[in-house]
Amino acid sequence: MSKKDKVFTVKVRRDFCKGCGLCIEFCKKEVLAASPKLNRMGYNPAEAVNSKACIGCMMCTQICPDLAIEVYSE
Amino acid sequence: MELINKWPEYHKKDVVSHYCPGCGHGIVHRIVAELLEEMDLGKEAYLVCPAGCAVLAYLYLDFDIIESAHGRGTAIATGAKRANPNLFVISYQGDGDLSAIGTAETIHSANRGENISVIFINNAVYGMTGGQMAPTSLIGQSTMTSPAGRNPEVDGYPLHITDVVAQFPGVVYAERVSVSSPAGVKKTKKAIRTAFETQQEGLGYSIVEVLSPCPTNWKMDPVTACKWVDTDMAKEYKPGLLTDKREEKRKEKG
Repeated sequence: MSKKDKVFTVKVRRDFCKGCGLCIEFCKKEVLAASPKLNRMGYNPAEAVNSKACIGCMMCTQICPDLAIEVYSE
Repeated sequence: MELINKWPEYHKKDVVSHYCPGCGHGIVHRIVAELLEEMDLGKEAYLVCPAGCAVLAYLYLDFDIIESAHGRGTAIATGAKRANPNLFVISYQGDGDLSAIGTAETIHSANRGENISVIFINNAVYGMTGGQMAPTSLIGQSTMTSPAGRNPEVDGYPLHITDVVAQFPGVVYAERVSVSSPAGVKKTKKAIRTAFETQQEGLGYSIVEVLSPCPTNWKMDPVTACKWVDTDMAKEYKPGLLTDKREEKRKEKG
């Protein structure tokens, strides 16, 4: 199965995200956006608003300083 | 559903680091943990932590770690490597640690060509103590102790310590990279892997300088800080390979 046929799901671990916004900046497919709700630490964490558009480039997980993003494939 | 980016084995699970949002330390910690797992070095690994923001790295990384006095990282790493050459010794230092108070230790350990790997995080300020001017601060950079910008007539010029040590015959591998973009992160991982391989082969001293954003002390948001690394900082400290004497050393060793 090639990468094109795979479906990717992005999950952000809410309470690990510090809301730096680097993943939002570097995601070319606009999968991620800042959540309006605050998390446990008082930050606006990133959340996957358009997970279907994910192509699995893993840019967000590369740049995330807090290991807060999980990308699943199926 | 299968998780693609598995949690690195040598990174502690379910801890939130104390680093500020957008700090480069978290990325480099992850890279170190990933590489130790990929290269199967976690059991021998011995990390020397600096005084600075990364002083609490033992809370996040799950292998043998020792704390060093301010600036004395490479001296402790030298002792550890000489006492037990089977250890895989990494010295993790910041710019206030490696290029200010620890200049003597850095220069002499490099000159002796100790078989250690040094990771040098350069963020152009003293991060932990509140953003004072470091030797690596850029000309005109506004910091807590240079509010009007660094003036070279009074404060001197930015110190390129990696370029200095790269001239020494004992330094086998030196590279400068940045963690300001996903491409930069991949290059950083490659550079640190090469540094680790240099030590594994027993060739000698390797140093990787990582240009890292410090949004809090630069008074920027994380995205602007990353752009500032690429525009202003990369102009002063040009990323790229500074020296690679691995082939010569291999020939010398036979």
